[in-house]
Amino acid sequence: MRLPVYTAALTGLMASPALAADLELSLEIPRLTVAEYHRPYVSVWIENPDKTAVKTLAVWYNVKLKNNEGQKWLKDMRQWWRRAGRDMSLPADGVSAATRAPGKHQVVFKPGALPAGQYNLVVEAAREVGGVEVLRAPFQWPPKARVSSSAKGASELGAMSVTVKP
Amino acid sequence: MISLRRGAIAAVSLMAVLAVPVAANAHRQWLLPSATVLSGNDPWITVDAAVSNDLFYFDHMPMRLDGITVMGPDGSKGEIKNGATGKYRSTFDVQLDKPGTYKIANVSDGLMASYKLNGEAKRWRGPLADLATAIPKDATEVKLTQSQRRLEIFATRGSPTKEVLKVTGQGLELEPVTHPNDLVSGEAATFKLLLDGKPAAGVEVEVVPGGNRYRNGTGEMKLTTDAQGAFTITWPNPGMYWLEASVRGGKATVPNAERNASYVTTLEVLPD
Repeated sequence: MRLPVYTAALTGLMASPALAADLELSLEIPRLTVAEYHRPYVSVWIENPDKTAVKTLAVWYNVKLKNNEGQKWLKDMRQWWRRAGRDMSLPADGVSAATRAPGKHQVVFKPGALPAGQYNLVVEAAREVGGVEVLRAPFQWPPKARVSSSAKGASELGAMSVTVKP
Repeated sequence: MISLRRGAIAAVSLMAVLAVPVAANAHRQWLLPSATVLSGNDPWITVDAAVSNDLFYFDHMPMRLDGITVMGPDGSKGEIKNGATGKYRSTFDVQLDKPGTYKIANVSDGLMASYKLNGEAKRWRGPLADLATAIPKDATEVKLTQSQRRLEIFATRGSPTKEVLKVTGQGLELEPVTHPNDLVSGEAATFKLLLDGKPAAGVEVEVVPGGNRYRNGTGEMKLTTDAQGAFTITWPNPGMYWLEASVRGGKATVPNAERNASYVTTLEVLPD
């Protein structure tokens, strides 16, 4: 599944090859056999090797509740909330989106102008009546060739892979 | 001391035995917030307020709510809602209607006096304003202790802010270097203790994790402030921690009184 909104937001900046480069996330939300299942809240962000946040790419939460009540639980994604979320104004265009059902999801991001270097793509999932899990996969930016890295979750997340493409 | 009057009565009965009446050793006073890190547009917290030995269990007496104050992120005065006092604890709510850091405090400044009247030992406890009329003119061996106590907790909606962390320069206060709502297990946090606005050096700080019913050891940590009044704690585990420090001496605002200043807070440490 692709979110055209991410690419559309940055088309104006696509002059240089680095800005045009893609970061593709493949993420599995596991199907859980539990009595009360709620789709997890998921945040996706880029961090420096020292764990400081560079940019939030996506936050999947219950965006439809009246008065933004879904935002009450954003702090449960503790690492993201502390490093990025608490300083953001939400909902944010191209970042806030609805929660996703169990299954495999493909999302393409255009990270845009990042200083050249080593980064992690971080995914944090927090589920109501469930747990929290954080996964990290490294990537180099800007990409010179198509390169993938992966991580695997044990509870709230399944397989994750990050592919960068020039 | 107004909010602690009931705790104080229990303490008074011990004073005949204890040569040095240090109220801090009587029982622990605490405020326990339901959360300290919050998101969303309209979060509320609910707070337990009690006096007990074990943390954080309601098994001794409630804290009175008269002295509780709320300061909003912009320094404005807030209010407590749904206050109630039960057998063992009080509870109240605070609506975090603005983004930023709130401070909820119980600050008191009271006097204890011991004296002799016609050869008989007497004690009195009350507000500073009542001193002139409380002690008979023909009292002898009058000893006064001024007790300045500050209990406070913090809770933040969104980004932590610093307005409420400003110190007043009166009594014993905590000046955070690390924001008190930005504490994570395994990380170090640094705070400074100030007495009347100046670094309080060489003061022992007691830090006690909650939940002692479920372990044998107290888990208590003792730290001592350095020349700048600073101390650093590396949090061993996530959880709620009770922190207390007290200083005897320094300037009392009441003539001929000895001053006892104390500071208490509850800090929440989150998992990484």
